[in-house]
Amino acid sequence: MLVSYQWLKDYVDIDDIGVEETAERLTRGGVEVDMLHPRSEGIQNVVVGYVEACDPHPEADKLRVCRVNTGGETASIVCGAPNIKAGQKVITAKPGAVLPGGMKIEKTTLRGQESEGMICSLQEIGIEQKLVMKQFMDGIYVFPENAETGGDAIEELALRDTVLELDLTPNRPDCLSMLGVAYEMAALLDRDVIHPETGHQENSESASDYISVQVDVPEDNPYYGAKVVKNIVISASPQWIQNRLTAAGIRPINNVVDITNYVLMEYGQPLHAFDLDKLGSSEIVVRRAQDGESMTTLDEEERTLSSEHMVITNGKEPAALAGVMGGAFSEVQEDTTTVLLEAAYFKPARVRKTSRETGIRSESSIRFEKGIDSGRVEEAAERAAALLEKYAGGEVLQGTVEVDNRPAENKKIQTSTAQLNRLLGMEMSAEEVLSIFRRLRLPAVENNSGIMVEVPTRRPDLDIEVDLAEEAARLYGYEYIPTTLPKGVTTPGFLTADQRKRRRMRRYLERAGLHEALTYTLTSPSHSGRLQLQELPGKVEVTMPMSEERSTMRTSLLPQLLDTVQYNRNRQITDAAVFEMGSIFIGEEGNTLTTQPQEKNVLAAAVTGWWDAHLWQGEKKKTDFFVVKGVLEGLFEEIGIFDHIEFIRSDHNELHPGRSADIYLDGKYAGFLGQMHPSVEKEWEIKETYVFQLDVDLLLTFEADPLFYETVPRYPAVTRDIALVVEEQVTAGEVRRVIAEAGGSLLHQVTLFDVYQGEKLEPGQKSLAFSLVYLDPERTLTDEEVAETHNHVLSELQEKVKASLRK
Amino acid sequence: MIDRLQELGKEAIQEIRDADSVKALESVRVKYLGKKGPITEVLRGMGQLSEEERPKVGQKANEVREEIQSKLEEKTAELEEKALEEKLKAESVDVTLPGKEVKRGARHPLTAVVEEIEDIFVGLGFQVTEGPEVETDLYNFEKLNLPPEHPARDMQDSFYVTTDMLLRTQTSPVQARTMEKYEGQGPVKIVCPGKVYRRDDDDATHSHQFMQIEGLYVDHNVRMSDLKGVLEAFVQKYFGADRSIRLRPSFFPFTEPSVEVDVSCGICGGHGCRLCKHTGWIEVLGSGMVHPRVLEMSGFDPDTYSGFAFGMGVERFAMLKYGIDDIRHFYTNDIRFLNQFKRV
Repeated sequence: MLVSYQWLKDYVDIDDIGVEETAERLTRGGVEVDMLHPRSEGIQNVVVGYVEACDPHPEADKLRVCRVNTGGETASIVCGAPNIKAGQKVITAKPGAVLPGGMKIEKTTLRGQESEGMICSLQEIGIEQKLVMKQFMDGIYVFPENAETGGDAIEELALRDTVLELDLTPNRPDCLSMLGVAYEMAALLDRDVIHPETGHQENSESASDYISVQVDVPEDNPYYGAKVVKNIVISASPQWIQNRLTAAGIRPINNVVDITNYVLMEYGQPLHAFDLDKLGSSEIVVRRAQDGESMTTLDEEERTLSSEHMVITNGKEPAALAGVMGGAFSEVQEDTTTVLLEAAYFKPARVRKTSRETGIRSESSIRFEKGIDSGRVEEAAERAAALLEKYAGGEVLQGTVEVDNRPAENKKIQTSTAQLNRLLGMEMSAEEVLSIFRRLRLPAVENNSGIMVEVPTRRPDLDIEVDLAEEAARLYGYEYIPTTLPKGVTTPGFLTADQRKRRRMRRYLERAGLHEALTYTLTSPSHSGRLQLQELPGKVEVTMPMSEERSTMRTSLLPQLLDTVQYNRNRQITDAAVFEMGSIFIGEEGNTLTTQPQEKNVLAAAVTGWWDAHLWQGEKKKTDFFVVKGVLEGLFEEIGIFDHIEFIRSDHNELHPGRSADIYLDGKYAGFLGQMHPSVEKEWEIKETYVFQLDVDLLLTFEADPLFYETVPRYPAVTRDIALVVEEQVTAGEVRRVIAEAGGSLLHQVTLFDVYQGEKLEPGQKSLAFSLVYLDPERTLTDEEVAETHNHVLSELQEKVKASLRK
Repeated sequence: MIDRLQELGKEAIQEIRDADSVKALESVRVKYLGKKGPITEVLRGMGQLSEEERPKVGQKANEVREEIQSKLEEKTAELEEKALEEKLKAESVDVTLPGKEVKRGARHPLTAVVEEIEDIFVGLGFQVTEGPEVETDLYNFEKLNLPPEHPARDMQDSFYVTTDMLLRTQTSPVQARTMEKYEGQGPVKIVCPGKVYRRDDDDATHSHQFMQIEGLYVDHNVRMSDLKGVLEAFVQKYFGADRSIRLRPSFFPFTEPSVEVDVSCGICGGHGCRLCKHTGWIEVLGSGMVHPRVLEMSGFDPDTYSGFAFGMGVERFAMLKYGIDDIRHFYTNDIRFLNQFKRV
């Protein structure tokens, strides 16, 4: 809503308040002023010029040389506008004038002819193209003849004004009108509201002689009123109406259309003027459209309607889309003389439906959708009739033909000062509360239960007691609400065990050197389905995506982490280690959902490039399988599940077959780790990249063993190093397990410290070297005891994995 | 003989003085004090001396010996000291050379903000609750007092996945879900962080995906002044004790009265600057008293219970806190961006 400050002054005395303060008061009161638009900031020296003569330019076909009277003096001005003519009154920028954007006008010479100023279009003095009347769009603006030659053109165009742009919340449709804003200002300032003049003459005829009204849908159209105005002369509306419409963001068209728009802005009441002669009947029937029925709207578009839409008909065919847009055949045009003025109250839901489905949003539909003042329809109609009489030469016929099904009484809300204070934590007196309702012009009477407030139709948003609490608080001033702490019982605040564990996992990965990333949940169909933990029954797809790239809920975090690696690589950042924790979405078969999809919390990472580099010391470590595995082992230790984890070679087809592992937690599949398959790396245009993805929900179900202290050993340990030779397919994990089992309780620690395969061994063999530490925390071990256990270990190794000691 | 000893002593001391290494010194010691050394030799010849002379010579020999011994020790210490000095000199490093980096990653700034806010509210006795990102129309709208034809639905163009399921447009559905779990028994004190989605084109200030934290406090006799008190406590903990808050009337379908909460500008201290658009205030939170219908729909009796709710945009908090000017940075994951948040 655009509110002209000068216009607003017609309805409430705010001369002493000023624009800035008006904006501040409205904002603090809950009607937010988003921006102030001064309409003629910096424009100087622009006058109404009278074109006394207009001759062709001797050197240029498209230019004219005009003699312009600028009030007491004449200037020769070269003008290129196609519509310039002698006898016009035009916007003239004199030398020294400053136009919007700081453009300065000086005496100049154009193709050999001196030009003492510039004749301007409306656009050149800052009016938006879309608000300029059609006939002046491609040329200069021409004032009505009564404009004073030499007068201030800015004044003439009422541009010494500031427009307040309101950012209205949906509960305040009342402020979609000048009067509504005036009521608000009047309440804030405790001042009067001045209503517009609605008085007019009536001729001897009656509107009902010309028209009848039938409403078939009273539930959607509780009130329909038709007035008839004869002997209209269509012309341009007076300058002041044009100026005000322009300020409100509406293009002036002709006096009849402008007057309906003017009253629309003034009262928030949409009106429609039909050319009664073209309507083709003497009846108005309001009904639902029929499925497939069609009509051509004002904008010359053919519209196909459905029974969900409401139309105004002439008894046969639709003449308007109710509350949305008029029809073409009954449109007011140059030759119109008799007008049927419609002033109706259409319910929001039907208009919204009609507007949505036909794709037409108009100043009318916006107001009906949000709810107009159902009690001010007649007053607005009278106002329009008065203006038509005054500015369009109309004769208003007697009466209004109407169908009225509005409720007879206004809603009432019971409240009390005590209850309002209890809700707000304030201590207002009854007098203060009553005074607030008086300022808001909400009729309120005291009764046994407190205060009974009547809600005028102007404020459909006021419904229950808390709505009155808000009115009281905002008028009293939110700054006067005290600051207290709740008096209720205190409760312990905490994070759940799972929340703490998830934080702990993220914290660990940060410490381990990985950056936390956040990627979008919506992804492309080509990304979804890739690099998943497991096969999923279906995807979750958005029904109306904004783009294919954001059309499907992710089923894995990895595709977008690989995108991240690629994004950084494209910016010469080739070392990247990122992780993300978040949800994946599991749909149903056929990708159609019957219930909410499962959201599984997963943790994934992608690591590429140098893991570690200390360049001047010549130390460098490239990311490899064991770097990432080490990070994961640390993570498992961090949350107390390390001893329950097993890594088994993976056959995930998007991973490197030789460098990938599935991860099991007590036998349950918990995720994978490994290098991306080179073909996948190629597809993403990235270099060797290692990833993991874990099922966090599963990890969290595991209760880690409670942490108990173990005695710090007081007795010496005995260390035995062994180098074993085994067949190359025997894994280190298997060998380690044999050692651990055979070593029993005396074997305190087993550490693999060397792996060798090469020319010193037979082909197909490898050597694994382990360090075994024997310890009994309660006593010193004897050599015999150690030897006995160690020999058992060696024989078990021989038996179970055919391991021999390396010679 | 005494003269001879005297002379030997002088010779030895001279040689000690001349020795330039621990090794040279050792050979001096062997030469003079060794079993085959001249002093031993002198002592061996003592048998030929008179009873009278013997003690004198013996004493002298001991004196000379001790002197040599002490000089040797002195010199040894001196040489060792010197050797150590040289060793230290040789071992010195350029302390301005860079150290070995301890690899550390950074927390995402949005996570940092969420956790900080969670922690403040946990300190105020709140719990943290979470809910699904794909929500039903019922919880995302209807239970929050937004019936199908409600005009406020205009404000939220949503991503639907079926006719009645959508990507949640706010974290408020978690409030409705949590209240239901409490079965009409307060107090309810929760904050709900999470991702939300709206059909916005991504640009510097809009993102189709962003994060919100909602809070809810429902109990007997909760007043609007309590809302003010709790939010002021929060704002001062988060932004600093010198900040103040201002409430402005606003509208949300699920609260009445509704307020926008502004915090005094930290850059200009409220005098007006570019950050606060010369108003001295920065909008940070939406809030209000829980609408009676919302309480009722989630199983709480609005005649005996009241409460307040609030919501804030995590990106906005992060942008204000770290001076970030483009919301897209949060989801681009440029390492050069992420790397800056190691100390959050």
